[in-house]
Amino acid sequence: MTALLQILFDALSLGSLYALGALGIALIFGVMRLVNFAHGDYISFCVFAMLWPSIDAAAIVFAGKLPTYLLVPLILLIGAGLSVLSEIVVFRRFRNANPATMMIASFALGFVIKYFLLMLYSSRPKSIDLWSNLSQQVEIMGARIPPLQVITIVVTIAILLALTAFLKRTRFGLEMRAAAENFTMARMLGVRANMVIMMAFAVSGMLAAAIGLILVTQTGTVDINMGANLMLVAFVATVIGGLGSLPGAVIAGYLIGAATVLMQVVLPPDARPFRDAFVYGAVIVMLIWRPNGLFSSKATKQRV
Amino acid sequence: MSLLSVENISVRYGQLTALRRASIKVSEGETLFVTGPNGAGKSTLLKAIAGVVTPREGFIRFAGQQIAGKAPEDIARLGFSMVPEGREVFGGLTIEENLRLGTGMRADKDQAARDLEQVYAVFPMLKDRKDQQAGVLSGGQQQMLVIGRALMAAPKLIAIDEPSLGLAPKVIDDVYATLIRLRDSRGLTLLIVEQSATRASLTGGRMVLMRSGEVALEGDARELSKGDALRQAYFGYGDH
Ligand SMILES: Nc1ncnc2c1ncn2[C@@H]1O[C@H](COP(=O)(O)OP(=O)(O)OP(=O)(O)O)[C@@H](O)[C@H]1O
Ligand SMILES: [Mg+2]
Repeated sequence: MTALLQILFDALSLGSLYALGALGIALIFGVMRLVNFAHGDYISFCVFAMLWPSIDAAAIVFAGKLPTYLLVPLILLIGAGLSVLSEIVVFRRFRNANPATMMIASFALGFVIKYFLLMLYSSRPKSIDLWSNLSQQVEIMGARIPPLQVITIVVTIAILLALTAFLKRTRFGLEMRAAAENFTMARMLGVRANMVIMMAFAVSGMLAAAIGLILVTQTGTVDINMGANLMLVAFVATVIGGLGSLPGAVIAGYLIGAATVLMQVVLPPDARPFRDAFVYGAVIVMLIWRPNGLFSSKATKQRV
Repeated sequence: MSLLSVENISVRYGQLTALRRASIKVSEGETLFVTGPNGAGKSTLLKAIAGVVTPREGFIRFAGQQIAGKAPEDIARLGFSMVPEGREVFGGLTIEENLRLGTGMRADKDQAARDLEQVYAVFPMLKDRKDQQAGVLSGGQQQMLVIGRALMAAPKLIAIDEPSLGLAPKVIDDVYATLIRLRDSRGLTLLIVEQSATRASLTGGRMVLMRSGEVALEGDARELSKGDALRQAYFGYGDH
């Protein structure tokens, strides 16, 4: 029972990160038909924004020293800002380009952000102590659970609910859903393409920032590749969920999280180092079974 | 002065010329039918006005503004409401959400709420099913929905591309009866693409016939569908 509880919490908290990542990618794909591979580097950028630029091994905490109620909005704002900026400076020029071109552009942007960080901070991982007391374990029904896991899960659910409310209850949300389904028709009804796309980038950037905050609290380290690694899994989740389907992305994110944790438990110790091979083996089987993902999206129409 | 005036616009898709110096005019309160064989460029004409395709030459003036080359949302915001070929309902949104999308450009939210009630009064069936996904509606119901959606924008002109496409004759009668009722009660200005000249003459209004991207013939819908000129122009006799 306690072991089960522990597995459940592990799976949910890992899945939460994947779900948030997948959601950020699916949102942009919905309105732009763009798979934004720079998304992972937004995550790293947001985390590094907490440090003062320096190539020393020791991190000089900067914004990270702010009280929580200022730090969180600031990092969210940085994520949104970076994401919107990349839309205005880069992706806007590729609106009518084919998806492969847009994807390459996003790769390139990702490298630019990564090397920008590298220049300022060097490639050495640094340790940073952000809300470290959250990682100390507490006992819940005999299972040892770090409060951070609970917070991760609760925060993720709160984000999902807020996003659902935004999409279902607000004018912007309605326009974003319409644009994801049929952009040209939405524009013919007066929906402003630029506004909708910038809003999608802002939300996606905030999701990246949220992931950054959770990741850095969990691991206590700041690493230039931290975003990119997660982005890869998140991308797989969006494909499994059915590119463009938001619920699909979330569910697939949790599924991959659960599969990863489960494999860790059930695989014989010798096979554990190869856990990811088993997880992605399952992904391949899944895609053979359902090539369009679990929830193929209604957004079959091409954009303008 | 005309509400809409299209002057000598040409549109090409790659090598193919879909519109060749085509011109039409629509005055306030009138109904203009655009008819012609498949591939004549009727839909392209509407798309060019709506800003979905950009003409290579020519002028489009709507509500006193030059609109050729403007973005579709800006043209819509001037009061041009488009119901494209194939209707294009948002199948994943509810019926009410489809209707509310039409009002985005309007500042007067109270008026928009009243208009929603009026659209429901015209189409009670939509009100009954307002929270259902629009994708489950039949073709005829979808046609009513997109006409309602176009009305929600309180437009100066509604352009409809083949409202009868894929509908049973009885349903086509219903659609046109609704359009005529709306036109007569509200003084709507309509630009309708319709393959059937008979339907145009029953509805009344002016008519242009397009062929190979050009406007080949123009006149009163009833007059034109009586004589031989239409058939000749349609099939291209006596052209040489
Ligand atoms: N997106 C496109 N790309 C390339 N060619 C196109 C495109 N859309 C239309 N065409 C071509 O342009 C010409 C005019 O097409 P258009 O759809 O305007 O005709 P139409 O009069 O509306 O025909 P229909 O009665 O079949 O709807 C046709 O030859 C068509 O094949
Ligand atoms: Mg057509």
